[in-house]
Amino acid sequence: MYTQALNTAETADRDLEDAGKAAQFQARIDAEERIEPNDWMPAAYRKTLTRQISQHAHSEIVGMLPEGNWITRAPTLRRKAALLAKVQDECGHGLYLYAAAETLGSSREELVDAMLAGKAKYSSIFNYPTLTWADIGTIGWLVDGAAIMNQIPLCRCSYGPYARAMIRVCKEESFHQRQGYEIMVTLCRGSEEQKAMAQDALNRWWWPVLMMFGPPDATSQHSDTSTKWKIKRFSNDELRQKFVDATVPQAQYLGLTIPDPGMTQDADGHWRYSEIDWAEFKQVLAGNGPCNRDRMAARRKAHEEGAWVREAAASYAAKRAQRQTAQAAE
Amino acid sequence: MSCANIQVSETPLVLYALRRADDALILGHRLSEWCGHAPLLEEDMALSNIALDLIGQARELYTFAAKVEGRDNDEDKLAYLRDVRQYRNLLLVEQPNGDFAQTLVRQFFYSAFADLYWRAMMKSRDATLAAIAAKSEKESAYHLRHASEWVIRLGDGTEESHRRAQGAIENLWAFTGEMFAVDDSERGLIDAGIAVDPGSLRGRWLTTITDVTREATLALPQNEWMQQGGRSGRHSEHLGHLLSELQSMQRTFPGLTW
Repeated sequence: MYTQALNTAETADRDLEDAGKAAQFQARIDAEERIEPNDWMPAAYRKTLTRQISQHAHSEIVGMLPEGNWITRAPTLRRKAALLAKVQDECGHGLYLYAAAETLGSSREELVDAMLAGKAKYSSIFNYPTLTWADIGTIGWLVDGAAIMNQIPLCRCSYGPYARAMIRVCKEESFHQRQGYEIMVTLCRGSEEQKAMAQDALNRWWWPVLMMFGPPDATSQHSDTSTKWKIKRFSNDELRQKFVDATVPQAQYLGLTIPDPGMTQDADGHWRYSEIDWAEFKQVLAGNGPCNRDRMAARRKAHEEGAWVREAAASYAAKRAQRQTAQAAE
Repeated sequence: MSCANIQVSETPLVLYALRRADDALILGHRLSEWCGHAPLLEEDMALSNIALDLIGQARELYTFAAKVEGRDNDEDKLAYLRDVRQYRNLLLVEQPNGDFAQTLVRQFFYSAFADLYWRAMMKSRDATLAAIAAKSEKESAYHLRHASEWVIRLGDGTEESHRRAQGAIENLWAFTGEMFAVDDSERGLIDAGIAVDPGSLRGRWLTTITDVTREATLALPQNEWMQQGGRSGRHSEHLGHLLSELQSMQRTFPGLTW
């Protein structure tokens, strides 16, 4: 699954006093060198990446919930197994990404606490509900499809640990995407009821998926530093356009209608879509989407109700270490 | 195009496979309910992983049962179109997840059995069952290791975790006897070398359980009374709710391809 196209709020480069190091750093970035955890980096670069990678990790974890909602109700055992495997992969992506974020100096616990406290965000898409089985196909097809559009360029991101995590994530993600599309193909070749279910899911997910690429370039703040530092390689609108162009033929193949009657194809072959409802996007980011409260409540509940288990594990580990020390002393 | 319950010709071998398939499916389903809600991300992955193994085992066993039966049934019909009275799983595996201790103790009791069981079944005279056993045994060994380590961590962790683990043992103990029971339909398969006598595994199972709980500073109950009924479709009240969730799509939209 996937993070929002993030627009980071940090601009102040606090390392201007060390202009020499900063210039050297930028020269390495310009030469397409990878920055590694022990290398010098501007504080703002560290902060931006910590935020982006951890929000990406949070998105993987919160993203388990909408799909997890259908594991116990998947219509066949084959689909149930595939969905379970997929959600498990997402948890694994979360773990890779927390590990990548930790190389920048914050602990996973701090990062998770920030999310649970509502201080760190996760992708807006996971605040939408999965109402029918077709939503599971649509999420694979569109949400994972959008994620791949965004993550492929991140495989060349200037920060080595993030880029390497993305290479692994993208491999699994493209498998999920094909699986999701296959669910859609099956539904669209099925009964009238199944086809209607697929169309309804597309109607509900289309616009939220386009919002995954973030605000339009004209209003997107602070992309400049991310671009200069090669964390971001394409603009939000460029990626969104690429996604739309790739998706329209897939919808046509399925015999589904994209819920945008104003959509037209221009002379260059690009599909021009209508205005996105940015007011809705802002509301969802502000915590007022259909599932924001439920998602956070589920994560907090798991965290709080699991506290005694984590304490038990820590207490046992401490006892065992103590016994081993005592044994060695004998 | 019907969502009525299917009829199954429960010859001894069909019934035998169904019982094991139902164990794996129902326990896998229970574990999958944890997905996204576990106390640690690592456990979220581990529980999903075990669930996936079990659902895989269930699929193979249902497919085998359907083939032996030789009618129109398949893995999905067997899973989605039998009601509570037709399900043959152990009462143990349908018990609710409860807290993490209850889930792990349930898993521990079952995996300690499954590990021995599948290892013994690798020698089954039925080639398919032997092959399923060879694959399942590798998975069960991993499941047992995971559950045993958690029972020890919880038992010998904090006061609270000890209390919860002990409570889970007391809650679930009466459901362990059913794993070792043999009825007439299984006796013939055991005599023919197709099935193993689970009663012959009880001693080693008890050794594992005793060793691990002792290391965990936990105590086994003295109560010898063992609850039974799952194998003949007399279940607890929990299974009906589980099946209505599991089967809702097939019951609402019968006869379609998904």
